[in-house]
Amino acid sequence: MSWETIIGLEIHVQLATATKAFCGCANRYGDEPNTNVCPVCLGLPGALPVANRKAVELGLRLALALGCTIHERSIWARKNYFYPDLPKGYQISQFDRPLATGGVLPVRLKDGTLKNVGITRLHLEEDAGKSFHGEGDDGASYIDLNRCGVPLAEIVSEPDLRSPEEAWAYMKALRRLVVQLGVCDGNLEEGNLRCDANLSVRKIGETGFRTRREIKNLNSFKFLRQALEYERDHQIAVYEGGGTIEQATLLFDSARGETFVMRSKEEAHDYRYFPEPDLPPLLVVDACVAHTRGALPELPWQMHARFVEQYGLSDYDAGVLTDNAALAAYFEQVAALGDAKQAANWVTGDLAALLKERALEIEQCPIAPASLAEMIKLIEQGTISGKIAKDVLTAMANGEGSPALIVAQKGLRQISDEGALAVLIDETLAESPEQLAQFRAGKDKLFGYFVGQVMKKTQGQANPQEVNRLLREKLNG
Amino acid sequence: MSPSRDWSIEETAAHLRAGDVTAVSLAEEALARIAADDEQLGAWLHVDREHALTQAQAADDRLRAGDNITELTGVPLAIKDNFNVVGLPATAGSKILGDYVAPYESTATARLRRAGAVLVGKTNLDEFAMGSSGEYSGFRPTKNPWNLAYTPGGSSSGSAVAVAARHVPGALGTDTGGSIRLPASHCGVVGVKPSYGRVSRYGIFAFASSLDQVGPFARTVRDGALLLQHLAGHDERDATTVPLAVPNYLAACERGLDGLRIGMPREYFGPGIQPQVEEAVRRAIQVMKQNGAEVLDVSLPHTPYCVAAYYLIAPAECSSNLARYDGVRYGVRAAGDDLGAMYTATRRHGFGPEVTRRILLGAFALSAGYYDAYYLKALKARTLIRNDFLKVFNEVDVIAAPVAPEPAIRLGERLDDPLAMYLSDILTIGVNLAGICGLSTPCALSSEGLPIGLQLLGPAFGEEKMFAAAAGYEAMAGNEWPWPEVAR
Ligand SMILES: [Zn+2]
Repeated sequence: MSWETIIGLEIHVQLATATKAFCGCANRYGDEPNTNVCPVCLGLPGALPVANRKAVELGLRLALALGCTIHERSIWARKNYFYPDLPKGYQISQFDRPLATGGVLPVRLKDGTLKNVGITRLHLEEDAGKSFHGEGDDGASYIDLNRCGVPLAEIVSEPDLRSPEEAWAYMKALRRLVVQLGVCDGNLEEGNLRCDANLSVRKIGETGFRTRREIKNLNSFKFLRQALEYERDHQIAVYEGGGTIEQATLLFDSARGETFVMRSKEEAHDYRYFPEPDLPPLLVVDACVAHTRGALPELPWQMHARFVEQYGLSDYDAGVLTDNAALAAYFEQVAALGDAKQAANWVTGDLAALLKERALEIEQCPIAPASLAEMIKLIEQGTISGKIAKDVLTAMANGEGSPALIVAQKGLRQISDEGALAVLIDETLAESPEQLAQFRAGKDKLFGYFVGQVMKKTQGQANPQEVNRLLREKLNG
Repeated sequence: MSPSRDWSIEETAAHLRAGDVTAVSLAEEALARIAADDEQLGAWLHVDREHALTQAQAADDRLRAGDNITELTGVPLAIKDNFNVVGLPATAGSKILGDYVAPYESTATARLRRAGAVLVGKTNLDEFAMGSSGEYSGFRPTKNPWNLAYTPGGSSSGSAVAVAARHVPGALGTDTGGSIRLPASHCGVVGVKPSYGRVSRYGIFAFASSLDQVGPFARTVRDGALLLQHLAGHDERDATTVPLAVPNYLAACERGLDGLRIGMPREYFGPGIQPQVEEAVRRAIQVMKQNGAEVLDVSLPHTPYCVAAYYLIAPAECSSNLARYDGVRYGVRAAGDDLGAMYTATRRHGFGPEVTRRILLGAFALSAGYYDAYYLKALKARTLIRNDFLKVFNEVDVIAAPVAPEPAIRLGERLDDPLAMYLSDILTIGVNLAGICGLSTPCALSSEGLPIGLQLLGPAFGEEKMFAAAAGYEAMAGNEWPWPEVAR
């Protein structure tokens, strides 16, 4: 393929504060429309904003996790435009003096490699309200201002992403980060994370960028990828057909799987940014930065590296386990009580399958980490086989008690006693004279048949290693 | 006993405490005076009798019980109609607000109410406080009680007139470029523009946020100081208020003039200033000198850029502040085929010509390609202007100057000449650009019998020196002239 795709993302992260960015109203999703409102967020004449300290703290935490440079003095700015769900006629944001610039988000790509995606800037702003157009019986538009004034951090990436797949991985990594940091709930369905994407293409080998188009409001991982794939193919097709791409702002029609032009370059807004006179500059002193930096939790990519190092896991297993903070925590509790690799195998394998089958999240896992560790120990001690353990796991999930209790009650203990197994082997050979003759005639494959028969006699409880050893002694002896 | 309408706030408070009068009777008298002559003056937009009497009754209860009485308990006051006072209409003098009723209380009026003041009603103003003559009210012009053919000055026209016509002894206004000092000067009352950040702006209709400041009107300097005492102080709802302790302004009024260094900026005198105005102000400064003040010549060299800087910064902020009047959530909504048409029709019909002019000017100054040349340059000029004042206040305690180049103008005289109208602010807007404090206090009557004000300026949060100079002058000048009798 001779074309290269260039993508940069602007992601709005709703900060998980108790109250809104510039007033005391609750920042809560799903309430009755227009109940979390006051003169300030309604934009009533005379009301004034006061910056929410907590929102600044969360934005600062996120900026530091992304390795950004924090600006001690940043400036609030007004972004002016008319829309019914923007009651003041302007959005309080930051413009030429943002809170933070120049960071990096390490993103694990599908092939396992780690890509450092540049972060251009992080600034704070307020959300607008929500419009509902023609959804009711009357065809009218309605506005809910509960969301109006909710604090956002906007994170602008460098145009470092080279495919829709990478863009997808970037957004996943960012969501993972904000959830780990506790700065955002990360629910895309509730609009906690909203993405605008800029995409252009160029011939491989070209150094400059061609005209980009911006796709607004890509609010699910699936739509992000679909829209970018469509737009990439569209731009390549236009160029290959001898056409040119005009700068424009687009929307994605998810039903048709196509992007379409919302505003051409000529219709682009002039936001008339200027410093917000109602708010003094935002000052973040060094001590506050140092304190916040010191209080950062382990970041997802740091955890990934540690899992590989400390537990000897593959990149793949470390990736699966660290993709979810709760899963990682569960794994670490199991691993602390026994063999880490076995713990990883069970957590990412049978336990994950069991949860998926029962549509449970790891937080709802019916098996305590200590119980899983105990079960793994029973395997290691030879008390049960790995195969039997799968049944034990199911029984544990059904609330039938501890692994030891289940093994005892169900009589699942492995038979390793040499005398008992010898008797069973003798019985088996006596019952299969034909097979025995064929084996002796050189049909080695029938060894497995005898093992199987012994296992069958014990409903799987015979220790397979012991059966193998004794059978070999008997037949070769 | 003299008639209550002649009493200052302090005198009113004394009579109330002595039980000579009740708050209810004072409110009734104020309401009667307003009813008698406001048809001619046009000072008031909303007077709510029941609202006023309920507050007065509560004040009387407080006075009787001796419960938390202040100098304002039971005192009737007027509030410019760009303050939110719960339950009263709030229009900012604009038709675009329709029948809007304030759903919450401004911090300034809340503080006056807490002190027990009786808010009689809301006063007329130039629409959204944009204007220098009171003629740009969306409803009707306010007239000067000294001569009904003249304007009272603006934009706090109604508040100045309500005090000058002795409807009430005190009032609240806002001053963005002279909107308190100019009408105070033209109406012969005291008008105080505190330092930016001294009084909360929460609940006042924003015109230009970085310049707007709440301040009082009164008939004596001490009353002005008293009102500011109640208004001043940090407000957690206004991030631009400063958490500084509020000094005792009444005590400052007692300081006297001795040793006070008074600067006369040469740019505020001379060409462009009507000789009788300059003379009156020089005479006033002479009085202060004779009573112990030291008078120095000073210079504010960037004064010529004040008007240009102001008429970029203020409209820029106004263009954004007034975006919320879009017909969507409150106020008047004009019909339109689609959203854009509704916005256009609502704003075209709702805003008057001066407001429209300033919104357009401001939107232009902020637009892409012009921002650096206009808005940014104006900010740079503002810094130079502020530095001028900072430098001068290293040398002097107070600056003395005229308030306006001339006494009040005739109604309609400049209505069609906005640029000439803007120039009447030339001596007041530097104060707002610099964020310092200033006041106007009467110093003479013109040959036409119209008041002339003396402007006294103090450094940011230096109101004490300003009040010392003003009260000292007031005590020594012995200016006595009869209050205007409005022709009936
Ligand atoms: Zn609110």
